[in-house]
Amino acid sequence: MTNTKKIAQAILLHPKDNILVCVAHICAGDEILIDDHVVSVQKNIEVGHKLARHALAVGDKVYRYGAPIGSMTQAAGMGEHVHMHNMQSDYIPSHTRTRQNKDRSET
Amino acid sequence: MANTIQFKGYGRQDGRKGIRNVIVVAYLVECAHHVTRRIVNVVDDIDVQLIGFPGCYPNQYAYEMMRAVSTHPNVGGALLISLGCESMNRDKLLTEIRASGRPAELLVIQEAGGTKSTIAAGVAAIARIKAEADKAPRVPMDLSELIVGTICGGSDGTSGISANPAVGRCFDALVEANATCIFEETGELIGCETIMADRAVTPELGAEIEACVAKAENYYRIMGFGSFAPGNADGGLTTMEEKSMGAYSKSGSSPISGLIKPGDIPPSGGLYLLDVVPDGEPRFGFPNISDNAEIIELIACGSHVILFTTGRGSVVGSAISPVIKVCANPETYRRLSEDMDVNAGRILEGEATLDEVGEEILQNVIDVASGKRSVSEELGHQEFILTYKSFEPIGPSCLPVRLVE
Repeated sequence: MTNTKKIAQAILLHPKDNILVCVAHICAGDEILIDDHVVSVQKNIEVGHKLARHALAVGDKVYRYGAPIGSMTQAAGMGEHVHMHNMQSDYIPSHTRTRQNKDRSET
Repeated sequence: MANTIQFKGYGRQDGRKGIRNVIVVAYLVECAHHVTRRIVNVVDDIDVQLIGFPGCYPNQYAYEMMRAVSTHPNVGGALLISLGCESMNRDKLLTEIRASGRPAELLVIQEAGGTKSTIAAGVAAIARIKAEADKAPRVPMDLSELIVGTICGGSDGTSGISANPAVGRCFDALVEANATCIFEETGELIGCETIMADRAVTPELGAEIEACVAKAENYYRIMGFGSFAPGNADGGLTTMEEKSMGAYSKSGSSPISGLIKPGDIPPSGGLYLLDVVPDGEPRFGFPNISDNAEIIELIACGSHVILFTTGRGSVVGSAISPVIKVCANPETYRRLSEDMDVNAGRILEGEATLDEVGEEILQNVIDVASGKRSVSEELGHQEFILTYKSFEPIGPSCLPVRLVE
């Protein structure tokens, strides 16, 4: 059965959240709707990744499911990718194959 | 609902019922692994399964796990293979398995004449054990007699939006039918301790839950790595708390009836949290070195079937209890559909609701309990991993609900 309804590429999980989660691949240059604003996304965003719902400052708590999931370590504009390069855990550092996300001052 | 859905189970001496009738062939140290694997390969039967413990040093937890999984309701018989000099208490294990009413035999390679002789003797022993195990009575079984465990593996940013909450819906339905549901991985519930404590059936249990998550946080901090894989980050998860919130949604919305540790059997229907992080000072390294170690612990608590949600695409199954694979990410499902039982990624594409997928997962549980092989089971996945750990017994506040005899 083909789905003729246009699905949002990024969704808001909880009214308190300040990020959206990408549910369909976003290409650099795609325009998406964030709270009545049409925003042009600057880079490719993969399914499962986050974008800022509005401008975020260093130290801001990031909210997903209405709960804090970490803090911003760099500022981000509306629609910008939010991930290990600009946020970190308030509990335990996470890691990828090539780096461990620790205190930003160490990298 | 509990009264109307029935299937055929295998009746065991202790009153529990199984949905499979597996023969486990267990190596009691790595040195006996090859001989044991050869026996299983020669027999070549999907229900004759290789399990084992690689370590030579003694460990009470490892013994307990071997005893618990060898006397699991899905298991009909056991063959133990010892090299001869290892620490595992083979005679006690054999005695306990036999005392559970199951046919069991032991072969000691150093006494049996080495590799070839033990393989031949093992194959002959399996034939005897199987003949005996096939006599296990078939009995009616309903949903309320099932224990269902859940785990997520290879999580990504979609896991907490689709597959995990869909499993939560299924768990709610199972608990409603008085089945027993177990969720775990306290190292991946960091940040969720307060909301979990609020769901505990008693305040004392709530305090125990908060303490066990604090224990997990401390343990992983000492390890230097949280329970977080590079693939989680590739898939969009950034922090342990974010992963935890997603993982937590598998538990659904039922009250939490108890906190158990590996090997504890929940005393009644309801939702239980399994604490997998060792007690005391870290002695043996990472708590669960890969997903199957947790699956084995869920099985040691009696789980008949495991609901496994994945975003990046795990392909594992398990020895002893079938694994039902629920895929969270629609792109992963397109690549790996032959390894998945349920496509929860449809939720993200607007093609199904959380409730519909929850019902589909429940139907899978009923079908698998009724004898249908899950996808990973059919593909022959029978992973089993067991390492060293150390636990204190749970305190009385952890199980406020007890069966009244």
